[in-house]
Amino acid sequence: MENKHLKIAILSGKGGTGKTLVSVNLASVADYAKYIDCDVEEPNGHLFFKPIGSRTKDVCVGVPRVDQSMCNGCRKCVDFCQFNALVYVGNKLKILDELCHSCGGCMLVCPKKALHETKLKIGEIVCGVSDHVAVVSGILKEGETSGVPIIRQLLGYANGQMDYTFIDCPPGSACTVMESIKVADYCVIVAEPTVFGVHNLNMVYELVKLFNKTHGVVLNKCIDGQNLAEDFCLKNKINVIGKIPFDETLGLMNSNGIIVANELDAYKKIFNSLLEKITKEIDDEAAIDLKR
Amino acid sequence: MKQLLILSGKGGTGKTTVASAFIKLAKAKAYADCDVDAPNLHLAIHHPQKPKNTEFFGMKKANIDNAICTRCGLCETHCRFDAITSVDGYKVDEYACEGCGVCRMVCPENAISLVPHVAGNLILYKSDTVFSTALLKMGSGNSGMLVSKVKKQLIEANVDSDIVIIDGSPGIGCPVIASITGVDMVLIVTEPTISGISDLKRIVKTAEIFQVKVAVCINKYDINLENTKQIEVLCDALKLPLTTGIPYDIMAVQAVNEGMTIVDVACASGSAVRKVMSETMTILNG
Repeated sequence: MENKHLKIAILSGKGGTGKTLVSVNLASVADYAKYIDCDVEEPNGHLFFKPIGSRTKDVCVGVPRVDQSMCNGCRKCVDFCQFNALVYVGNKLKILDELCHSCGGCMLVCPKKALHETKLKIGEIVCGVSDHVAVVSGILKEGETSGVPIIRQLLGYANGQMDYTFIDCPPGSACTVMESIKVADYCVIVAEPTVFGVHNLNMVYELVKLFNKTHGVVLNKCIDGQNLAEDFCLKNKINVIGKIPFDETLGLMNSNGIIVANELDAYKKIFNSLLEKITKEIDDEAAIDLKR
Repeated sequence: MKQLLILSGKGGTGKTTVASAFIKLAKAKAYADCDVDAPNLHLAIHHPQKPKNTEFFGMKKANIDNAICTRCGLCETHCRFDAITSVDGYKVDEYACEGCGVCRMVCPENAISLVPHVAGNLILYKSDTVFSTALLKMGSGNSGMLVSKVKKQLIEANVDSDIVIIDGSPGIGCPVIASITGVDMVLIVTEPTISGISDLKRIVKTAEIFQVKVAVCINKYDINLENTKQIEVLCDALKLPLTTGIPYDIMAVQAVNEGMTIVDVACASGSAVRKVMSETMTILNG
């Protein structure tokens, strides 16, 4: 069990099902862990960890700038840009930064070398420590459209020496989620027992299957009686690896940014056994891979 | 025709629950679900007509003809998205490719073309009321573009409605920004958790950039009254109108699970949302 460096992604499809709850509590019960918040549009893990000694690094993307005196108005760049980020109006080339995807094509296509690249800040990465957890958060600047460049940089932090790295993903099943799970050894899907929850669970389940990721479902906010999310898992033979009850005490503590596994033995047990289960599943999968 | 958009920043605060109740109460003849990543409005609002599906083409994707390719590697060198791999001939990773066309430009053999790519489905329900929604293909980009198409499809259906109600997506990024463009007002549904408050601040800042009228509604306000107080103070400081709060209500969960809205059953959250609706309309029309 030494030097395993396991990377575990936590995702959900629907927002508000408990991704951050599960991520921060799993990281807290692990001996040495890293927590990476890839939900860059709404990063909240740091509100629970309250890390100290934080260092901030800017995340920038390249955008073109034009030297108007060198531009001959040929509009090759305008024609090339698939994102319509360049327009030629009033005998001047204009650049719309918010549409630019930083592909660099306009600079390559310009026959006069009138375009060069400059850095534009789209957000930041903040690293700090909270007890035995290294906390890394990506934060997209308000008004910016794409957090994908921040997520790509964040995943560079996943290659540390920690036994466990937990990747808290954005909601949904689009490109940002896909980026976040690329490096993961295991995907934990957090689901809630509502019609909405099940519908989105189905979508994200398809995504982890598509990327061939070993996965398991944690059922959150469970109440007695019928559980729509559990029924869905049974029907589709999806592995349920844990259940978290609907509990007002948990809800209140969590809403105040308290990590419940650090305070209540019952939750320490729940998250410890969840972590053991995940570790075992990854080990089993590795053993199967070896046989192949 | 005024457009009202429901947003939240944080997911799971109750956007769809509020939007579906508003649609019922306002008897809206035009509504849309812009949460193309995880659409749910159709599970609460049942339109009588069968939907019409249209394929949504996102950005084109590069395609390499290996019969012409001479393995020079220029495409791989110039691709900034690491979308080109060279194990057993050159190949494009369709999930990483953003369709910029740089590889096609640098290829000396003209072995690369940009081909149309289906990135999702546009869905339209239309009778005397119109419901526009969509489903993004898994792992796809282009969500902002699809959101714009959902809104365009709604407007082009040309139904005479005093009000258009749009259910938005969580976050502050591209689909949210695409949904804000052109609306008359944003109602932010938040919850009294530290995450909810942090995300509320971020979505307010985003809405400010686009200079749109904003009001705030606290859902499940009674689960943490201290945090509710904090939101009230925040809204006061930012001069944001606050509507009546909606209490936590187990009946709301049951209504949703039975495919209904909270105004279809007699419950505390349903009574509260009626007040939220009338206050919102006053602000929207004010």
